[in-house]
Amino acid sequence: MSTAVADKKPAAAEEIPTFTATLIIRRFDPDVDEEPRWEDFDVELYATDRVLDALHKIKWEQDGSLTFRRSCAHGICGSDAMRINGRNRLACKTLIKDLDITKPIYVEAIKGLPLEKDLIVDMEPFFDSYKEINPFLMAGATKGGKERKQSPVERARFDDTTKCILCAACTSSCPVFWTDGQYFGPAAIVNAHRFIFDSRDEGSQVRLDILNDKEGVWRCRTTFNCTDACPRGIQVTQAIAEVKQAIIKGKP
Amino acid sequence: MSTINTGDIADGTVIDGVHYHQFDIVIVGAGGAGMRAAIEAGPHAKTAVISKLYPTRSHTGAAQGGMAAALANVEDDNWEWHTYDTVKGGDYLVDQDAAEILAKEAIDAVIDLENMGLPFNRTEDGKIDQRRFGGHTREHGKAPVRRACYAADRTGHMILQTLYQNCVKLGINFFNEFYVLDLVMTEVDGVEEPSGVVAYELATGELHVFQSKAIIFATGGFGKIFKTTSNAHTLTGDGVGIIWRKGLPLEDMEFFQFHPTGLAGLGILLSEAARGEGAILRNAEGERFMERYTPTLKDLAPRDIVARSMATEIREGRGAGPDKDYLFLDITHLEPAVIDEKLPDITEFARTYLGVEPYTEPVPVLPTAHYAMGGIPTNVEAEVLRNNTDVVKGLYAAGECACVSVHGSNRLGTNSLLDINVFGKRAGKSAVEYVKTAEFVPLPKDPAGGVKRILDMVRSGDGTERIAVIRKELQDSMDRNAQIFRTDESLEEVTQLIQKLRARYKNIQLHDKGKRFNTDLLEAVELGFLLDLAEVLVYSARSRKESRGGHMREDYPNRDDENFLVHTMAYLTGDPESEEAGDHIRLDWKPVVITNYPPMERKY
Repeated sequence: MSTAVADKKPAAAEEIPTFTATLIIRRFDPDVDEEPRWEDFDVELYATDRVLDALHKIKWEQDGSLTFRRSCAHGICGSDAMRINGRNRLACKTLIKDLDITKPIYVEAIKGLPLEKDLIVDMEPFFDSYKEINPFLMAGATKGGKERKQSPVERARFDDTTKCILCAACTSSCPVFWTDGQYFGPAAIVNAHRFIFDSRDEGSQVRLDILNDKEGVWRCRTTFNCTDACPRGIQVTQAIAEVKQAIIKGKP
Repeated sequence: MSTINTGDIADGTVIDGVHYHQFDIVIVGAGGAGMRAAIEAGPHAKTAVISKLYPTRSHTGAAQGGMAAALANVEDDNWEWHTYDTVKGGDYLVDQDAAEILAKEAIDAVIDLENMGLPFNRTEDGKIDQRRFGGHTREHGKAPVRRACYAADRTGHMILQTLYQNCVKLGINFFNEFYVLDLVMTEVDGVEEPSGVVAYELATGELHVFQSKAIIFATGGFGKIFKTTSNAHTLTGDGVGIIWRKGLPLEDMEFFQFHPTGLAGLGILLSEAARGEGAILRNAEGERFMERYTPTLKDLAPRDIVARSMATEIREGRGAGPDKDYLFLDITHLEPAVIDEKLPDITEFARTYLGVEPYTEPVPVLPTAHYAMGGIPTNVEAEVLRNNTDVVKGLYAAGECACVSVHGSNRLGTNSLLDINVFGKRAGKSAVEYVKTAEFVPLPKDPAGGVKRILDMVRSGDGTERIAVIRKELQDSMDRNAQIFRTDESLEEVTQLIQKLRARYKNIQLHDKGKRFNTDLLEAVELGFLLDLAEVLVYSARSRKESRGGHMREDYPNRDDENFLVHTMAYLTGDPESEEAGDHIRLDWKPVVITNYPPMERKY
C-alpha cells in the first residue's frame, strides 16, 4: 500500500515521470458516520503536483464525495489549511516532492475546530475570535478627505502581520487552543498586532486590554507551532511576544 | 394566489422546507465590489451579503500589482491622461463617459481605502507610493507614468482585508458559503421585476429565498471556462450565468484578457508590477523581443499586445524549453532587496511552484486567462440594462461580472481594483437611493422552483459521465480554439463540442448524494454555468469579424470601426439545448459612447 513505484511504462525521452502515492485521508460523513474513519487512495502523481492536486484527482477520478475547501490554489485565499503528515499546511502550497512518498501521506482536517465533514471544519469560532479584537483601523476622521501620512519605517513596523490570510493554520496548530477553545489564538493576536503597531491607529489600548484578558496573550506558551505552521512565513510567536511587551510597557 | 404575500415573510420563516429572509438590499458576492457596495449600503438600509465563500477567500485577494489613480504623488499626472490611456488601452471600445468617471473618482477611491486603513507602500515623505504599469502613460502615450498605488505585490489582498475589516466594523450581515443559484423575477404590470434571490446553503443543503427591494450582483469572473487561468477554482461565472438564463443581455462576452505572465504550465499569475519595477520579457535567445513590437512602451505595453507578441514569438520558434513553448520573465538585474520589498509574493510563487530562483534565473512564463472585459451590462450608476437603453429596476451589478464598459476590449492593469472600488461604491449608493422609496416586489408562488429543478436534475445524476471529464474537455478546447488567436474554424470546433458536452452533461453521475457540504453537487451546478458562458463567448466571438483588443481573429486581422465599433449584446432567446447556437442566442449591437477621443490607430 505504501510503496511509491516509478512508472515502468516505456516513456518518450521528454516524458515527465509519474509515480503512485498513497494518501490516507481522515473521512467523516455526518449523515452516516459516528466517528471519523481513515481511507486509503492510490493516486498517480507528478513530483511537481501539490497535495491539492492529489485531492482533486481523488475527487474527480475516484470518489466525488471527498469534501474539502479550496479556491485560489496558490496560497493566497486561505481556504485549504489542513493537517498533512501531522503538520498544518495549505494543500495548495505543499508539493508532493517535498514529502516522503515512500510512505503514505496522511491528510486530515485542522484540529481544535468542530469537524463538519471530511476535511472541512466549522470556521465560525475562528472568525468570532478575530472579530473580537476590533480588526479595523480605529482613528479619527482626516481633514478634507486626505491620505494620512506614514513613513516607510512606520509602515514597515507592521508589514509582517499584514500578510495574514486567515487560514487558521496557526490557531489550529496551537496546543493551548486545542485544550481551551476560548483562547483567542495566534491569528486573532496577529491581526491585533497589525493594528496595534500601525502608526495611524488610535485604538491600541482597547485591543491591548482585550488581549490582557485571561483568554488573551498570556495563554501563549511559546511553543512556536504557529510560526512553523504559517504558510505566509509570518513570525507569529514574535508578534505575540511584541503584543505581550506592549501590554507591559505600553505601545512603543 | 399567484404570489407570496410580503407581509407573511419574517426572517427565518420556513415554507415547504424553504427558508425566507427579507432585506432592503441583497448583495451577491463578497469580493471587492460586493464589500465596497456593502460599506456604502450597510449604514443606510437593511443589507445582506451572500457569498459562495468566506469573504476573505474571494479572488480580489489574488490581485497583486496595484490600483490606478492619478494622485501625482511621485510625478506629474492627471485623471485626463488616465482616461485617455484607459480608452486607448481598450482599443476604443470603452464607453468614454464611464472611463472619465473611473479616472476622476479613482483619486477619492484610493483615499477612501487609505482612510479605512489600507497599508499602502509609502514614499520617503510619507505619501502613498506609486509604480509603473502597462499602458499607463504621461501626456497621451509619451512615456510610462507611475500611477499604480500599491501594497508590495499583494494590493488585492490588502484591499480585500481592508474592506472586510470595515464590514466587520459596520456589523454587515454575511451569509457565508451560501451559493446563489437564481434571481427571482415577478411579473408586475407586464414587466418582469426582480423580487429576490435563491441561495443553496452549503452546510445544510437547504434553500433560502431572500426577498429584497434591491439586488447587487458582484459575483466576479468566469476564467474557469479556460484550462490555463489565473482564476480560482470557484470562478465559474454563476452570477453572470444566472443573468443570462433570465433572458437578460450579456455585453462584449468575446473579450477575455490573457495576462502575459502566468507561471508556465500552471497559469498562476506573476504581476505586471514585475515589469513595472523593471523586469524584461525575453525569448529563448535572450532577446528583449517587446522592443520589436512596441518600441516606446516595450514590456509595459497593454496586456493584449504583450500576450499576442508572446504567442507570436512561440509560433515563430523562439520559445524556450525542450518544446520551445514558453518565454522568460527576467528580473535577475534587479537588486534582491528591491525584489524582497516590492515583489515578495510572486518570487515565492516561482520558487515554490517551479523551483526557480528569480534572483539568479529567469522565470518561465506563458499567457494565462485572466479577466472578462464583458459581462452584465450596466450604466454608470451600476443599474443593469435589460436592452440597449432601459434598466431593470432595483437590479445592479459591479466588478468583473459587470460591463460598464470601462475596459472596452482590453483592460489596463490596475484598472480592475479601481473598477471594483468606484463602481462597487456607486452600486451601493444607487441601491440605497432606490430602496428609500421602493416597495418589495411580491415573490411568485414558488420562488425556489427553478432552483429545485436544477438541483433535482443534478441530484438524480445516476449517469455515466464524470463532471471533471466534461469540464476538462471544455477547458482544453477553449484553450485550443478560443484563446489568443481565433478563427471561424476554431470557434466552430468549440461550438460543436459545447453542444455535445451539453448532451453529456444530462448524463452525469453524482457520487455525493448527501445534504451537508455537498461540493460534488456544487461542481455539477457550476459546470452548467461554464457551458452556458463558454457558448455565449464563442458565439459572440464568431460574430465579431474583426480584431480588436483582446479579441484576435486571424481570418479578420484588422480592426473594423466601420462595422464593429459597437458593443455586442447577446440574449438567450430559446432552449439552450437546441442544436444550433443560433437557434437560442440572439445578438444585438449597442453604440459605443465617444466623448473626447475619436478612434485612432493604436500604437505604443
